[in-house]
Amino acid sequence: MTTTTYRQAMREALRDALRRDERVFLMGEDVGRYGGCYAVSLGLLEEFGPQRIIDTPLSESAFVGAGIGAALGGMRPIVEIMTVNFSLLALDQIVNNAATLRHMSGGQFNVPLVIRMTTGAGRQLAAQHSHSLEGWYAHVPGLRILAPATVQDARGMLWPALCDPDPVLVFEHGLLYNAEGELAADAPVVDLTTAAVRRPGTDVTLLAYGGTLRTALAAADDLAGEGTSAEVLDLRSLRPLDTATIVASVQHTHRAVVVDEGWRSGSLSAEVSARITEEAFYDLDAPVARVCAAEVPVPYAKHLEEAALPSPGAVVEAVHHMAA
Amino acid sequence: MAEISQRVGGNGARSTEPGTVAHWGQRRGTLHDADGLIAGPGDPSAGGPRPGDPCIDGGTQGPEVGAGGLGAGTGSNAALRGVDQPLRVLSPDGSPTGASDPPYPALLGPEQHRQMLTDMILTRRVDAELVDLQRQGQLALYASCLGQEAAQVGVAAAMRAQDWLFPQYRELGMLVARGVDPVGVAMMWRGAYHGGRGLLERHTSPICIVVGANALHAAGFALGVRLDAADEVVVASIGDGALSEGDVHEALNMAAVYEVPCLFVVQNNQWAISVPGRVQTKSATLAHKAVAYGIPGIRCDGNDVLATYSVASDALRWIRAGGGPVLLELLTYRRGAHTTADDPTRYRGDAELERWAALDPIDRYRRHLVAEGIWGEEEERRAASVADEAAAHVRAEVCDAADPSATGLFDLVFTRPTKELERQRAQLERELARRRS
Repeated sequence: MTTTTYRQAMREALRDALRRDERVFLMGEDVGRYGGCYAVSLGLLEEFGPQRIIDTPLSESAFVGAGIGAALGGMRPIVEIMTVNFSLLALDQIVNNAATLRHMSGGQFNVPLVIRMTTGAGRQLAAQHSHSLEGWYAHVPGLRILAPATVQDARGMLWPALCDPDPVLVFEHGLLYNAEGELAADAPVVDLTTAAVRRPGTDVTLLAYGGTLRTALAAADDLAGEGTSAEVLDLRSLRPLDTATIVASVQHTHRAVVVDEGWRSGSLSAEVSARITEEAFYDLDAPVARVCAAEVPVPYAKHLEEAALPSPGAVVEAVHHMAA
Repeated sequence: MAEISQRVGGNGARSTEPGTVAHWGQRRGTLHDADGLIAGPGDPSAGGPRPGDPCIDGGTQGPEVGAGGLGAGTGSNAALRGVDQPLRVLSPDGSPTGASDPPYPALLGPEQHRQMLTDMILTRRVDAELVDLQRQGQLALYASCLGQEAAQVGVAAAMRAQDWLFPQYRELGMLVARGVDPVGVAMMWRGAYHGGRGLLERHTSPICIVVGANALHAAGFALGVRLDAADEVVVASIGDGALSEGDVHEALNMAAVYEVPCLFVVQNNQWAISVPGRVQTKSATLAHKAVAYGIPGIRCDGNDVLATYSVASDALRWIRAGGGPVLLELLTYRRGAHTTADDPTRYRGDAELERWAALDPIDRYRRHLVAEGIWGEEEERRAASVADEAAAHVRAEVCDAADPSATGLFDLVFTRPTKELERQRAQLERELARRRS
């Protein structure tokens, strides 16, 4: 086991994929000489050359669309979009094209494309660089949506994502890049279809993903100090959702709090809550609770941004409220 | 995890075995070593199109073509041709313009001429049949290509079998000339089969419905072709309306920056539903836009199949030689409605239609081939018979073709079925069973 950062783990995953298969290439803004705006691809240009680590014009639609075209031809492109906000410039390519071409071609073509992007707030990057729009993408049939929250998932999700014959979107929360964790040299490939119990518990299930996993784990620590045993579930795959694992946990704890950095209305947290209601209603001892981002554009000022985001304290309070 | 190395579904022409794809740098070297093709846009001397290719109405062309063919000069000083007068081999009356000798590439033998004209006649006949089938309720919708047969057949005839076509939805002529069974196209419009059947075998992408999106996909596909050093050129077929889409700008810009082997063919049929060309752009011609991308731009009479064939052949040769993308504007006219859901009498008059009917591409080519002694009554009878048979075949296959299974609805969302979709499929099956009982 070695200690590594989320960033290094993701870079190692990229390196591994580029070594394993010549059809894999990485393209996006600043991924080459600059090493990526979050330094994920640092050093890869030197190792793999400009034909496989490709700096692009500032044209999100073009490089996502080109990724689709290359994938149609049997390549295995990895497209990096700097932030989820910028992915909106490629929304037509992602939603109207990548997600539909298998369907629209009667199964003649599929799109084995991986799109990575940074998501989330907490770095004072203001409203146009900080949003969490994973829930939007998780709404769309034809896409697989992943949210690696740990070093192990950062290392282990990319290869199976590349092996998926359909498009996969990988959301990397910006606050996680410096997070450290233990990684085995022969870390196993991650199963992309299942949620993971990150902390077992008996009294309440905290459901989180990506950046909010840390929030939920911190809240679970605080709750443990009060004698409340919280189970923390990492959704990991936002589409498809692992409903079975979610329901099994809630049947066991009888309470659920969904922690989501997305906005509350029409959100992924609403979907998770609805599934619990549909499938475990009679196991619940209290209504499902949600802790989400405030429904405002993510503010720039640090104290305002902190106030807008889900905090461990808010999760603890939600648990108190449902026990009352 | 050998899985990634297996080709999935119908995808592409890439190699299927791990380790069989050499490193791109090596492959590139191999290509150049083998062919001696180092030519980029700025160095057309080693394999690019030849000067004075005999396809051009030299007397009316715009800027000097120069010694290097398409991209003469430097990469940043791309050549423009045909912007004063579209390049033309045949006058509207079918006579050679006389500016070049012979008036079309000598490569075309009598059989190829007959094939092209037959393809154009067949396209028009099947196109009319599909409009009729829509009117009779057999198709939900159809987009006619009436009047654009020369542009479409000319480009497709210039392509090789291994080249890839990324068509839009008005490309029956291109598909027919590529050898796609028109029944496969009709089945798409019927809703019996998504995307058109039988395309992949003819190196043709799914029929693109999102205007301009295929330009991006073609550029990306071409990037893959270059990474593989495959001997293929990718042709994106778009229209004058699509050229106003931001996506097409991004595609042209990126394709030019990466110098990928991609030909952008713009059929300027002058109408985007009800919006005329003058509302699309302030540019003098669509070919002018190539200047900004640093690639060759050519404007050609798209109702002249020989000019189209010749110019497209030049462009493809240039691209194969490593010259990078080319923007080819084919001036033509959409004589039918945008689709069967459209009524063009609401926005354009008869005079314009009559003017363009007089420039009919099939009549023009037929007159020429008759004058050349390549086409006569027997050929006309044979072509009409081929076209009628194709139309009858389409009608027989399409009329009352069985609807695909309703539960097949879920088959093509993901390659690997998800639990949620399986649940929804089971729910639909129960619902259908209830309705039947």
